[in-house]
Amino acid sequence: MSKIPTVRPQATVMLSRVAHSLYWMSRYIERAENTARLLDVNLQFLIDFQRLNDKALLEHWSSILASSGDLELFDSLHESADSRTVTHFFAFELSNPNSILSCIFGARQHAYMIRDQISTEMWETINELYLFLKTHDATEVWAAGPDEFFQQIKRQSHLFQGLTDSTYSRSEGWEFIQFGKLIERADKTTRILDVKYHILLPNVSDVGGAVDTAQWHAVLRSASALDAYRRYYVHEILPWKVADFLIFSDSFPRSLNYCVTRLEEFLHRILGETAPRPRTAAARAARRLLANLQSLTINDVLDQGLHEFLLEVQQSLDLIGKEVVQTTMFYPAELGPEDPQQQQQQQ
Amino acid sequence: MSILNPAYDRGPFFDEMFGPTGEFRPHYGHLASSLQVLSEGEFNQRRTAVELAFLRRGVTFTVYESAEGTERIFPFDLIPRIIPAQEWARIEAGLIQRLTALNLFLHDIYHDQKILKDKIVPAVQVFSARHFRREFMNFSVPRDIYVHICGTDLIRDETGQYLVLEDNLRCPSGASYMIENRTAMRRAFPSLFQSYRVAKVESYSDDLLRALRYIAPPRTDKANVVLLTPGVGNSAYFEHAFLARQMGIPIVEGRDLVVRDSRVFMRTTAGLVSVDVIYRRIDDDFLDPLVFRPDSLLGVPGLVGAYRSGHVSLANSIGTGVADDKVIYAYVPKMIKYYLDQDPILPNVNTYLASEPAERKFILENLGKLVVKSANEAGGYGMLIGPAATEAEIAEFRAKVAAQPRNFIAQDPIMLSRSPTWCDNRLEGRHIDLRPYILNGEKITVTPGGLTRVALRSGSLVVNSSQGGGSKDTWVLQGEP
Repeated sequence: MSKIPTVRPQATVMLSRVAHSLYWMSRYIERAENTARLLDVNLQFLIDFQRLNDKALLEHWSSILASSGDLELFDSLHESADSRTVTHFFAFELSNPNSILSCIFGARQHAYMIRDQISTEMWETINELYLFLKTHDATEVWAAGPDEFFQQIKRQSHLFQGLTDSTYSRSEGWEFIQFGKLIERADKTTRILDVKYHILLPNVSDVGGAVDTAQWHAVLRSASALDAYRRYYVHEILPWKVADFLIFSDSFPRSLNYCVTRLEEFLHRILGETAPRPRTAAARAARRLLANLQSLTINDVLDQGLHEFLLEVQQSLDLIGKEVVQTTMFYPAELGPEDPQQQQQQQ
Repeated sequence: MSILNPAYDRGPFFDEMFGPTGEFRPHYGHLASSLQVLSEGEFNQRRTAVELAFLRRGVTFTVYESAEGTERIFPFDLIPRIIPAQEWARIEAGLIQRLTALNLFLHDIYHDQKILKDKIVPAVQVFSARHFRREFMNFSVPRDIYVHICGTDLIRDETGQYLVLEDNLRCPSGASYMIENRTAMRRAFPSLFQSYRVAKVESYSDDLLRALRYIAPPRTDKANVVLLTPGVGNSAYFEHAFLARQMGIPIVEGRDLVVRDSRVFMRTTAGLVSVDVIYRRIDDDFLDPLVFRPDSLLGVPGLVGAYRSGHVSLANSIGTGVADDKVIYAYVPKMIKYYLDQDPILPNVNTYLASEPAERKFILENLGKLVVKSANEAGGYGMLIGPAATEAEIAEFRAKVAAQPRNFIAQDPIMLSRSPTWCDNRLEGRHIDLRPYILNGEKITVTPGGLTRVALRSGSLVVNSSQGGGSKDTWVLQGEP
């Protein structure tokens, strides 16, 4: 028989299933917000460059699909990639588990399951967003102009994260919420940067042109990084500086370096790592990733190839996430069994 | 214009607010004066605000039948039901008396079966009850308490007399709505609470936790109490999460628990942590696949073994359903007499048992005049209201009753009392019942209030939420109004 700890005060006990739900609730909200930002910025970008021909348009959307990792799923659902199909896919398609709708519904489902564990403020924010999405039909949103829709998603996400910060105790649950948010955020930053790689390659001759600069501009805005970047580098938008900023910045909260530094802290607390040399595979992977982010320069990254570098980061993050789920939670990453046959009557 | 409806029709029923000559009953006086100066616009504003608050807070229940499996808010009517202090004192005494007798009955039939030997209750009725658990014969439950949480449904007939319609002794639901309704009313009509001294219902969760701690196995100084839910898909999940939050205890699903060495543990991020008391909202059938339904995914393998060995306590105990069987219900007045030597304070509705040949004959000949109920259904299912039924429905029940007499009872239809309710933009009389909540721990306590359910459809007598029912806040007054 495995070791059984003595009874502890109830407040400090956290069910694995609860940890699991906190983690996914937090990841899904962050994912929805990032997707909203990416779509918002790119739709605006296309309005700014209306003279783009069909081929360029197709390339543009294809690059976003490629960087998201959901290209195959998209191809199975839609015949061609244009503003409408791609937006629908990322925003409203319920058969896409990463669409904004799927993410918010998922986050809300998890929050509902652990309604007793989170603050009323957190719950009401998620629930309001859910009710907003349930009452708004995709075509209606599209007709009214999608930017208000994306604004709403982003605002509610910010509200949720702010309320979590000010209403949720700094406990084990907090660690799972932060860990989920940071791992998702780091992953999304790699993908936002990678969009540009996919656009850039076929058009090397255009580097430095108006479209190119606008695209890097869009990358920064997709990561809410434009203002921060400008404060740092005045106003010149140069590709390698953008990449440098989004990968290595010590102070910008969506840079890979920043996210992974914080993520490693929470990971250590979750896994109970105290020794200088990590015991678990997840903590070692995080240490390795962080070492890279703290020691490499942008030139090293460009030498290796930006895309290849980002891919490696994504794989590390993936590994860390899976390892944590395996060590601390006993459940696979989906919701529990729901057998409609086993519904009881209510007395 | 005031929202009080000058054309309000009391009908031939007992009306909670209006007396026989149309005057306000004294305890509704303050409410009536407030409503008199309230415009329809303002009333509707408050109504909308309450509904939005319920939706935002997620005060919902899940409807199984609807294709979307959707959550709905439990329709809420803003006109409260008011019960004067004296009237309540009688209800309270009646409920305590009834639960005391039921608990003695459960202990008796799972031990010496004196009541069967003395032929007060026919043994065959007990042994044929679907929820009688012979596996638990001679098993002693912690502190001899079988039913820790009870929800008894009361109705009033046309004279205003309170009658017991049924007992819910397994997993009665609705207490969370009792508390949420009060919260909503405090927001909608704060000033009314200054005119009335309304007894508080919010202590329910504290009392519940105390009752649960009371049955903890003796070894623990600080018992770990958990609430076991079938899961997020259950129609009452909101309530499970609500009560767990109010009590500050973990809400667990079957898969969160594991049994080792006849002890129950929950899987936490730090490993296994022992569990001492389980407030289970899962029916007996699903509790443990090793003992009951083997296909249950909701329960915990080995849980019953752990319970038997006394390492974990369950509320309610296993096998209590035998006493809320609608056939056994008919014998409760006799139980009260037998165990307590008292007359029942709250009478039953006149009930005919299809299993008794003479009564079966009467039932089959008078189906159109009676209410027929299945012995073991809840939620308003499996029921025939004779006077409102079609020929085909009556024929269907005639066949069913004849085929399985043990599974049916019939009752005289009761013209449930009515309460003014906001329907189609005016106040109209709608039928109501009352479910108070009774907790059994160190002593038996009744939360002053309960869930008043209202049949929102005109003329309907079915108040269940699954059948178009809504609810009202229930005010038990302290002292004179």
